[in-house]
Amino acid sequence: MPQVSLTVNGKHATVEVEARTLLVELLRGNLGLTGTHVGCDTSQCGACVVHVDGQSVKSCTMLAVQADGASVTTIEGLAAADGTLHPMQAMFREFHALQCGFCTPGMVMSAIDLVRSHPEGLTEAQIRHGLEGNLCRCTGYHNIVKAIAAAWPLMQDRQPAIAAE
Amino acid sequence: MYDFAYTKPASLADAVRALGGADAKALAGGQTLIPVLKQRLNRPSLVVDLGGLGLAGIAVSTEAVTIGAATTHAAVAASARVQQAFPALACLAAGIGDRQVRNRGTLGGSLANNDPAADYPAVALATDATIRTSRRTIAADGFFQGMFTTALEPDEIITAVSFLIPQRAAYMKFRNPASRHAMVGVFVARGPQGVRVAVTGAGQDGVFRHTAFEQALEKSWSPAALDGVATPTAGLNGDIHASAAYRAHLIGVMAKRAVALAG
Ligand SMILES: Cc1cc2nc3c(=O)[nH]c(=O)nc-3n(C[C@H](O)[C@H](O)[C@H](O)COP(=O)(O)OP(=O)(O)OC[C@H]3O[C@@H](n4cnc5c(N)ncnc54)[C@H](O)[C@@H]3O)c2cc1C
Ligand code: FES
Ligand code: FES
Repeated sequence: MPQVSLTVNGKHATVEVEARTLLVELLRGNLGLTGTHVGCDTSQCGACVVHVDGQSVKSCTMLAVQADGASVTTIEGLAAADGTLHPMQAMFREFHALQCGFCTPGMVMSAIDLVRSHPEGLTEAQIRHGLEGNLCRCTGYHNIVKAIAAAWPLMQDRQPAIAAE
Repeated sequence: MYDFAYTKPASLADAVRALGGADAKALAGGQTLIPVLKQRLNRPSLVVDLGGLGLAGIAVSTEAVTIGAATTHAAVAASARVQQAFPALACLAAGIGDRQVRNRGTLGGSLANNDPAADYPAVALATDATIRTSRRTIAADGFFQGMFTTALEPDEIITAVSFLIPQRAAYMKFRNPASRHAMVGVFVARGPQGVRVAVTGAGQDGVFRHTAFEQALEKSWSPAALDGVATPTAGLNGDIHASAAYRAHLIGVMAKRAVALAG
């Protein structure tokens, strides 16, 4: 069986998997990181989004072997060791951006990638456009969009020149 | 998903050799192939990962934009050089699927797949792009051969695609709101090869050129030139999302908007 060596949330792991194993199966099954969810089998819902080498991807649409040598971050890797939430998680809580919570890990991972790739600022329209790969059946998205707009300034190193809308 | 053997060759020659075996299948971004494998619609015995071949990259000259087959949609969309030299191409890439699909999906995979609702085939046909492979170059005019069918041999790998830069061009896509694929997408281009109009999402045989629109736009490059130019419904798709007649109408609307946008 193929061997996959990767870094997940800063920890190194080497796992033997069948070639057909999906990255999400490696994370949830082999590594027990069940925060990453599976909400569909058509690559459309985004519940499975994780970061691979800093980019958000659908871990249900990537083979585990394709992540060999990569650095993966999952929802479990966001909070600080003392439990302090990542600003995006904190704002999701603050703005009541979740109800059942099933879509939330993927939403948060997508949202962080979105904010990081827009240091110049993010409009509401850009946030909505940026969430096209994530479906939520509960919230109606409104509070998710607000939470991301609120997290944007908190995630900038310096005082932002352009504020999020 | 059925299991398969997996290999990740480090050279194009090794990859071609591996694909020569029975039931071998190339894997690029996996945004089409993996969903297909999950549904057991395909059962390769060997999956050949093209990720080790170094086929990603973008080169821009005064005449052409050349993009490596493994370049992701996200990289094309975000490239300042593509945005400047051929903005309609960057814009098309930015509208494919969603952010996560764009972070993995590649130009080569999109063209090789030739999904009748895919976006890249429209720009390739509208600019008569040159598709470079492991064994030859193929003009887009001869590349797309019907739904999910191309001129590629089973062991042939797309390495790069060259798009001649048109003077004016734009792409307008009416999205299926659920899948985000094109219900109808129209790419209009006025360039070295004259006016070319390519339509995706609508044809039963995949992407096609709209010659009646091309002739009308040759005479006068303006949305009004398309008034009264009919799109026959024969050969157009009808499904739960849109009838053939509705698609025919959308083709006209999208083409006019594209010409207006191209300016
Ligand atoms: C939710 C979702 C939404 C999408 N929306 C859109 C959309 O709006 N518009 C759109 O155009 N597409 C859309 N796609 C498809 C997406 O663009 C895919 O990335 C693309 O069709 C295939 O590229 P890939 O690199 O993922 O190829 P793969 O899935 O890895 O491969 C696809 C096929 O091409 C072959 N192949 C791959 N690379 C090469 C090569 N270099 N040479 C020869 N053969 C090769 C493979 O063997 C396979 O048969 C969507 C996909 C998903 C999951
Ligand atoms: S589980 Fe739905 S997109 Fe991955
Ligand atoms: S909170 Fe229930 S699916 Fe989003």
